[in-house]
Amino acid sequence: MEKLLLLGAEAIAQGAIDGGMSGIYAYPGTPSTEITEYVQNNKVALERNIHRNWSANEKTAVEAALGMSYSGKRAMACMKHVGLNVAADPFINAAITGVNGGLVITVADDPSMHSSQNEQDTRFYGKFAMIPMLEPSNQQEAYDMAYEAFEISEQFKIPVLIRITTRLSHSRSGVERKELKPENPLTYPEDPIQFVLLPSNARKRYKGLLSIQTSIEEAAEKSKYNKLYDGKDKSLGIIACGIAYNYLMENYPDEDCPYPILKIGQYPMPYYLLDRIVNDCKKILVLEDGYPFVEEQIKGYFDKSGKITGRLSGSIPRDGELNPDIVAKALGKEVKKYFDVPEIIKNRPPELCSGCAHRDIYTALNETMKEFGKQKVFSDIGCYTLGALPPWDAINSCVDMGASITMAKGAADAGVRPAVAVIGDSTFTHSGMTALLDCVYENTPVTIIIADNSTTAMTGGQASHATGRLEEICIGLGVKPQHVRVLTPLPKFHQEMVKVIREELLYDGVSVIIPRRECVQTATRSKKEQKVKEEEVAK
Amino acid sequence: MKSDIILSGVGGQGIVSIAATIAMTALDSNLNIKQSEVHGMSQRGGAVYSHLRISDTDISSDLIPMGKANIIISVEPMESLRYLPWLNKDGWLVTNSTPFINIPDYPDLKTLHSEIEKFPNHILINADEIARRVKSPRSSNIVMLGAATPFLEIPIKNFESAIKKIFGRKGEKIIELNIQALHAGREFSLKHQKEKV
Repeated sequence: MEKLLLLGAEAIAQGAIDGGMSGIYAYPGTPSTEITEYVQNNKVALERNIHRNWSANEKTAVEAALGMSYSGKRAMACMKHVGLNVAADPFINAAITGVNGGLVITVADDPSMHSSQNEQDTRFYGKFAMIPMLEPSNQQEAYDMAYEAFEISEQFKIPVLIRITTRLSHSRSGVERKELKPENPLTYPEDPIQFVLLPSNARKRYKGLLSIQTSIEEAAEKSKYNKLYDGKDKSLGIIACGIAYNYLMENYPDEDCPYPILKIGQYPMPYYLLDRIVNDCKKILVLEDGYPFVEEQIKGYFDKSGKITGRLSGSIPRDGELNPDIVAKALGKEVKKYFDVPEIIKNRPPELCSGCAHRDIYTALNETMKEFGKQKVFSDIGCYTLGALPPWDAINSCVDMGASITMAKGAADAGVRPAVAVIGDSTFTHSGMTALLDCVYENTPVTIIIADNSTTAMTGGQASHATGRLEEICIGLGVKPQHVRVLTPLPKFHQEMVKVIREELLYDGVSVIIPRRECVQTATRSKKEQKVKEEEVAK
Repeated sequence: MKSDIILSGVGGQGIVSIAATIAMTALDSNLNIKQSEVHGMSQRGGAVYSHLRISDTDISSDLIPMGKANIIISVEPMESLRYLPWLNKDGWLVTNSTPFINIPDYPDLKTLHSEIEKFPNHILINADEIARRVKSPRSSNIVMLGAATPFLEIPIKNFESAIKKIFGRKGEKIIELNIQALHAGREFSLKHQKEKV
């Protein structure tokens, strides 16, 4: 079969399509966004009408995927690592209910936080849920794992987790496809209360989950993704998880690594393989992208011998992603640097695009807030987070999706006046609505600015659930209509914006201000596409 | 055959198209490729880079190790110097001379150019001006690609057919303009190489 040049993320998408998936559910999040986008643009997905619209958030995505699995069909839910925090409730409980049709949860971690608030390691969630977990080391493995994961899920009747990191997700390489599998037919679960987690049933199902742990460990032990390569020099044994294996191999281009190597790509951790390498070798180096997940487990709480080394021991840095140079240094190899970066090179931090509506919003907000004092503006995740940087320095918090509103509420409860929240339209429907409901419920004096650029911008301009329904939602949740104010954020309306914001800041209740103007990136793109379409029609 | 290429610039300057074109030539020649890029936050006017590795043997790391890159191809002069630690001692530095100034403390352009000219193996080319000259003002990234072609062990006609494939949807005229941009960049490099010798 022909080789496709695919990103790691795309390889997973293609593998899932070829593996007979009937639906993909996701919320955009770097570095996972491209998985769903690939399915949205795929011919087979169109022909088969594979579900491929965005979900409101990761929790609804996993739940819907579980619903499809309940109905006998194969479904995948995708998210970035922090998205799994949002989806944790259905995720953990899906392991207890088990599945009907295969269910695969794909999570893309972001070590070094290229585009995230933290670098949490999803492998802990896999262990927490007690389900099989796959971690590819290259694009072909990513394809193969997604292709096979639905069958593994159906074999053990529980969800399967695929874990990938940024450097694999956003890197292209050649991938060979396998034969396209058919989708599953619609079938109901054999046990009509399999998915009912009333305590009496949940206890039974939990015991069932515990009883299959041995068999999923055996599967990892026999997995083709876990391989022990022998080496003559037993002074060191190297354990390399996922992409770390590539960085290790990069340092031995002639395949001449003298040490034994255990490559790990499937979890639970393979006990017997680990036992062999740890017992055969004097010292162990654990290479993993993320937290010291494997290192910590095999080291043992009381072990001070220094035999097991890795992030915890300082052999590799505790934080940040791996790269071939870090691995080289850990192996005692020389890293040659011939040139330094000249001192005149300056940082070029990210910034709001030229013409972005958020610029006009922050300019107006800053002017208004001069009267009321500093450190009273709460925000969260989106392009508007860049308002924290100069020249605006406009916001004082960014913790997680939707937290802008709820933190403003907590601050208002503590006596902060005025308490302002800046949130985006997509983030609002992701998890701002329940926060707003909390404010309405207590009539908390907060001013919520929903910066509506009618898209999910930072991740590349995906559709937003909020478009065309923001005012209705706010009024429906109970905000008084006269305190839902819509503005057009443009320099020429600056004075009007300042006036309206000031009025609402002084109002002793819940205000929602919606400055609305399409994202300049999506606007430019749709103009270009429109032009191309017109030219094609003209031909 | 092995080529480790670093592409650099500012988000929106089209380094992805350069990477795609080179990757396409490698694919057509049945070579192995790994091409790594940055998405998301990194693109909002910030510095962006891509590591592109081509080889006739298996490639392990998606990222190029320090001191191993054969060439840095940059569409922006300051960005060309940011990744110097990755350049091999005989590596080529091929960069646009036209700055993209979106920070208040952008260095003095003359100083920047002289830092670049310190390298024996450098090409400093005004890609924006050349693109305008061949009537394709938005193809300065393809001019840069052309300027790099003498240092990539891939025949020029492979680049031409890659451009035809990638820009095919946009019509004959666009393809032609980009091919001209490619050759204009290449000629500049060949001329300047000869002058050094």
